[in-house]
Amino acid sequence: MSKRRSDWQTRPQARIRKWFHEGFLALDDEIISQISQDSEPHQSYEALLEAQEEAVETRKHERTLALDRLDQYNVLVWARTRGRKVLSALHVILALVLSIMMIFFLLETVALMPRFGDTQAPGVNEVSQRYIEKGLDETGAVNIVAGMILDYRAFDTLGEATVLFLAACAVLILLRIDRNKDGSPVEELIAAESDDRHYEPRSDRILQGSAKILTPIILLFGIYIILNGHLSPGGGFSGGAIISAGLILYLNAFGFEKSGRFFTNKTFVMVSFFSLSFYGIAKTYSFYFGANGLDSGIPLGTPGAIISAGLIMPLNIAVGLVVACTMYIFYALFRKGGL
Amino acid sequence: MNFVHIILLGMLIVCALAVSFTRNLLTSLIVYMAYSLIMAVIWMFLQSPDLAITEAAVGAGITSVLFFVTLKKIHAIKGDSEHEQAQK
Repeated sequence: MSKRRSDWQTRPQARIRKWFHEGFLALDDEIISQISQDSEPHQSYEALLEAQEEAVETRKHERTLALDRLDQYNVLVWARTRGRKVLSALHVILALVLSIMMIFFLLETVALMPRFGDTQAPGVNEVSQRYIEKGLDETGAVNIVAGMILDYRAFDTLGEATVLFLAACAVLILLRIDRNKDGSPVEELIAAESDDRHYEPRSDRILQGSAKILTPIILLFGIYIILNGHLSPGGGFSGGAIISAGLILYLNAFGFEKSGRFFTNKTFVMVSFFSLSFYGIAKTYSFYFGANGLDSGIPLGTPGAIISAGLIMPLNIAVGLVVACTMYIFYALFRKGGL
Repeated sequence: MNFVHIILLGMLIVCALAVSFTRNLLTSLIVYMAYSLIMAVIWMFLQSPDLAITEAAVGAGITSVLFFVTLKKIHAIKGDSEHEQAQK
């Protein structure tokens, strides 16, 4: 415990105690001396009596004040020592009760849910049956999940992509450090860049060697997942996340100087803008012209071929690009407030 | 439910508890990554490979990387530079 703290704790206590115990004796002496000083021969007896009564009144007043202060002080001391313990014990008990209640309700809910794969479950109804039976004919996608999220429920996916874009915008507003109007860096940016030096690899051989081998494989795998989104598991979101992981690995190994050659702020803005607007325009077209069994004029192709399933593959590519750019710019913003 | 499922679910619970009970932030972050990987395997067993891929890429990859950067920003991880300064 620091010295200041102990002073702060003992000083008022000692002071008040001293005041309380010795104060009255001192006050008595003072009054007596005052009275004896005042009792000059030319003063009358009544005046003397009055002065004495006045002194007694002040003494009573002082006494009540001191008692009040002692009460307040005792309450304060109690709150600082035992009261704190009681409060923390109460906190622990309340937290435990709340947690046990939450666990109980959650377990109860889980117990009431249908078993995994139960044919009587409310989720197994004509809607999913129709999707499974007619999904391949209507969307042309072998991977029924891709057909679901990019055709039947494409509007939801547009909303998700917009949410991701808005999140990127919010992070951009919070973390981005702007340059001056003439393009010179502000002090904050210089400080952030010097802080970012700690992340620089200093040509770490293990990291750079493994990044050289792994980055192309990771990028290729992400592209494969995006392009095969309508044929095999995966799709725009997961493929985009994998691509951005590869880009972040490259950035970590080789630094901003090298990654800045192919990925700048302009790249991010252009790619996001064109991908999102392509998605919006394509989906608007198919909502107006292809819904409810109308012919949209987009060939579905043979199911299973790489170029098939109508709009699903281009939409997957758009979503994947948005996700990859957004994740990468998240990382760059967190590191030094910009690319 | 076979033996592998029970082992995986047990590890999931152990990881979930360990994340909240470890004092070191870096350790709990790595345990969290392990949690995501186990969860990805469990998604695979529940026949949803789409979710498994996303969980492995986002949960174990991107989220953890962002957490690492944040920890370094708030100086919860002692970097190489501080070691170098200490050696000097």
